[in-house]
Amino acid sequence: MLHQMSGSIAVAKAVALCRPDVVPCYPITPQTHIVEHLSVLVKSGQLKNCTYENVESEFSSMSFCIGSSAAGARTYTATASQGLLYMMEAVYNASGLGLPIVMTLGNRAIGAPINIWNDHSDAMSVRDAGWIQLFVESNQQAVDVHIQAFKLAEALSLPVMVNMDGFILTHAITRVDLPEQEQVDQFLPSFVPRQKLDTQSPLSIGAMVGPDAFTEVRYLAHHKQKEALAIIEQQADEFLEIFGRDSGGLIKTYFADDADIVFVAMGSVVGTMQELVHELREEGFSVGILSLRSFRPFPANAICNALKNAKKAIVFEKSFAVGMGGILASEIHMATQRYIGEELKIKSVIGGLGGRTITKKSLKKLVECANKDELDDEVFMDLDGGTVVRELKRQQDGQTSGPAAENILRDIGVVSASKTH
Amino acid sequence: MTIKEEFITDEQTVKFYQTGTFTVGNRLLDDEFRTVQATQERSNSIDSGHRACQGCGQALGARYALDTAMRVTDNQIIAANATGCLEVFTTPYPETAWSIPWIHSLFGNVASVASGIAATLKAKGDTTTRVIAQGGDGGTTDIGFACLSGLFDRNDDVLYICYDNGGYMNTGVQRSSATPGGARTSTSMPVGENPGSSFTTGKFLPAIAMAHEIPYVATASVHDLHDLERKVEKAMSFRGARYIQINVPCPLGWGSLPAQTIKLARMGVESGLVPLFEAEHGDLTHSTKIRYQVPVEEYLKLQRRFAHVLKPANIEQLETIRAIAEKNIKRYQLL
Ligand SMILES: Cc1ncc(C[n+]2csc(CCOP(=O)(O)OP(=O)(O)O)c2C)c(N)n1
Ligand code: SF4
Repeated sequence: MLHQMSGSIAVAKAVALCRPDVVPCYPITPQTHIVEHLSVLVKSGQLKNCTYENVESEFSSMSFCIGSSAAGARTYTATASQGLLYMMEAVYNASGLGLPIVMTLGNRAIGAPINIWNDHSDAMSVRDAGWIQLFVESNQQAVDVHIQAFKLAEALSLPVMVNMDGFILTHAITRVDLPEQEQVDQFLPSFVPRQKLDTQSPLSIGAMVGPDAFTEVRYLAHHKQKEALAIIEQQADEFLEIFGRDSGGLIKTYFADDADIVFVAMGSVVGTMQELVHELREEGFSVGILSLRSFRPFPANAICNALKNAKKAIVFEKSFAVGMGGILASEIHMATQRYIGEELKIKSVIGGLGGRTITKKSLKKLVECANKDELDDEVFMDLDGGTVVRELKRQQDGQTSGPAAENILRDIGVVSASKTH
Repeated sequence: MTIKEEFITDEQTVKFYQTGTFTVGNRLLDDEFRTVQATQERSNSIDSGHRACQGCGQALGARYALDTAMRVTDNQIIAANATGCLEVFTTPYPETAWSIPWIHSLFGNVASVASGIAATLKAKGDTTTRVIAQGGDGGTTDIGFACLSGLFDRNDDVLYICYDNGGYMNTGVQRSSATPGGARTSTSMPVGENPGSSFTTGKFLPAIAMAHEIPYVATASVHDLHDLERKVEKAMSFRGARYIQINVPCPLGWGSLPAQTIKLARMGVESGLVPLFEAEHGDLTHSTKIRYQVPVEEYLKLQRRFAHVLKPANIEQLETIRAIAEKNIKRYQLL
C-alpha cells in the first residue's frame, strides 16, 4: 500500500513486517526514529511476540543481539556513527560467531570533530568486520532491502547491515509502497537457526580456536561472503516476483553500458547523479552511473562487467582512509586492474563529508574536467583550499595555535570572532 | 543439621569428619542434607578433564553453582560466560567441559549476552529455561560493569555469578577493582612507598547490586559448598536479576598452596574480610556469623601476595586491612 512517510518510519514498519523476536535499542541520531517507532509498535501490541528492550549502550545492544540470536531469535537493531564504534568489538564478534542479526546503519560522520550529519565513514570503519553491507539509494529500497536482509542473513548465517544515508533518507518524507504482511510471509520463512543454545541438545558456542584452525575458519567467512554474491542476486529475483519491484541485487547501472565516463557511487547520491546524467546526456556527454548495492561482499565481477566499456570511472565516495585516500576507489582500482587493466582510468573523488551538500553543479564540473582529461587522480570535491592553507600557516607560525576545527570556523566567519584564546 | 542415628554413639555424640573444620562427612548426614555431588545421578555441568590449575577455587565454585542450578531447573539452563579463566580452562575447541548449552562472546559483555538470551525466551514464551551469566571479578566489576548494571536496572531474568579471585588471573594476575588493598599483582608490585595494590575506596559489587534493589543478592565461599548450593537454589526461586559473588581462592594469583584453597576460603570468611550475607530487594536478610574469629594476619600469612604486608615496615597496611575486617563485621553483623 502507498504511504507518505519518513524513511525511518518506513524502515520500522518494514522490520515489523519481518516479525522480529527481539529488538534491543539505543538512541543515536539519525537512526533513532526507527527504534522509537518499533517501540510504539511493540508496546501498542501491533508487533506481537517481540521483546523490545532499552539497553544502556550500543556495546550492550549488539551484545544483547548476540545473546538473542544465539538463542534462536530473529534479531534486529539500528545504530550510527559513534554508536557503531562503541559496539565495535561486538560487531566483529557477531559475524565471527555467524549470527544472522540485521542492523540498520543510519550513515553518519565520525568525530572528532563531532558531527551528526551524513557521510559513510561509519560504514567504512567496519568494512573488514565480516558483515554483509548493503547500501540503499531511496526509502523504497530501504524498505525492500530490509526485508531481503533478514532472508539473506538467515540463509548465510551471517549478520547483515543495511546502510541508509542519515537525514537524506532517514528523515526524508517520501512516497513508499509498504508490502502486505502475506507477501512478506511468503518471501521470508520463519527463522531456522544454524546453531542454537538449546537445552535439548547442548552446544558450546564461541570457544577459543588456535592457529591449527583459525585460518580455515576465517577463510570460510570469506567464502560465505562470496557465496552471498549469487544469493543476493537470486533473492532480488524472488523479491521481484512476489513484490513486483526490482530492488536489491549487487549493482545497478544507469546508462553505463555505452558511457565513456561512469560515476561509481553508493547510497542516496545516486539519485542526484541520475538527474544529472539525464541532463548531461542531453548536452551530449557520454556519461553513466554504476551504483553499488552490495559493498560487502564486494561484487568485483559485476563491477568489471559494468565498467568494461568505460574509459574513466569517477569513484565518488563520502569517506576516505586518512593518509591513504579513497577506500572505494582503491577497491575499484584493485578489481578493475585485475580484470580490465590500465585502459580504465580511476579517478577518486571524496565529497559530501559530514553532511556537506553534494550539488549537481559540483558533480557536473567533475564530468567536464574528466571529459577534458583535466580531472586529478584524487579530488576533494568543494574543498575550500584557502581556508586549509591559512590554518596550515597558523600552525606553522605558532606551536599553540589551538583547535584547528575552531580556527577554521572562525576563519570562514561561522563563529563570531569576539572570543580569542 | 542432623547426624544419622547409627553414627551417634554414647561416647561421642557428634563426630566431625575433619576436626576443627565444621565440615561434616557427607555419609554422616541425612539424605536431605547430603550434597548433590555425592549421588551418582548428580547433574554434571562441567566435566572432568578441564585445564584449571590444581586447587582452583573457581573450578569448584562454578561446578557446584551450576550443578545446583541444573538440579533445581531439571537441566533447563543456558549459560553465558565472560572471557577469563573459567572460559579458557573449560575449552578450547574442539574440547569442551560444558554439558549445558554455553556461549562465550566477549570479556565485557556477558551480562548483555545473557539478557539477550532471556529476551528470546520471553519472546518465545519459554518460562522453564533459565539463564545464568558468569564472569571473573575483572569481567564483572571493571569491564563488564556497565552491562551488568543495565541487566540489574532492567531486572532481566538472569542469575549473574561472579567468581571473585581478586584479580585478572587469566592474563597473568593483574590488579582489578576487586583486588584487595595491599595485594601484590603483576601491575601492583610490592615496590615503592605503597607496596602492592592501592587502598582505594573500593568497588564492592554485592553492595552495588543491592543498591539496584534486585530481588536477590548473595555472597558465598567455596569452603561452605552447602551454603553455596542453598544460595543458588534460593536465587533460582526468584525471577528477575539475581547476583551471587563467590569468593574463589586462586593458588596461582594468591601465591598459596593448592591444598589450602578450602582453608583459605574459610579463613577469609572467618577473618571478616569476606562477609557472607544475603539480601532481598535491597535489604539485608541474613548474614553468616563468624564461628571462630581468625586474626587477619593468619589469613594473609598463607598468601605470598601479602608477604610484604606482614613486614614491620608495612604495619600501617596491616592495620588498614584489620580495619576493613572490623568494618565488615560491624556492617554485616558477622559476630
Ligand atoms: C576487551 C578485552 N580486554 C582485555 C582482554 C584480555 N583479558 C582476557 S581474560 C582477562 C582477565 C580476566 O580476569 P577476570 O575477569 O578477573 O577473570 P579470571 O581470569 O580472574 O577468572 C583479560 C584482561 C580481553 N579478552 N578483551
Ligand atoms: S589462575 Fe587461578 S583462577 Fe585461573 S585456573 Fe588457575 S587457580 Fe583457577
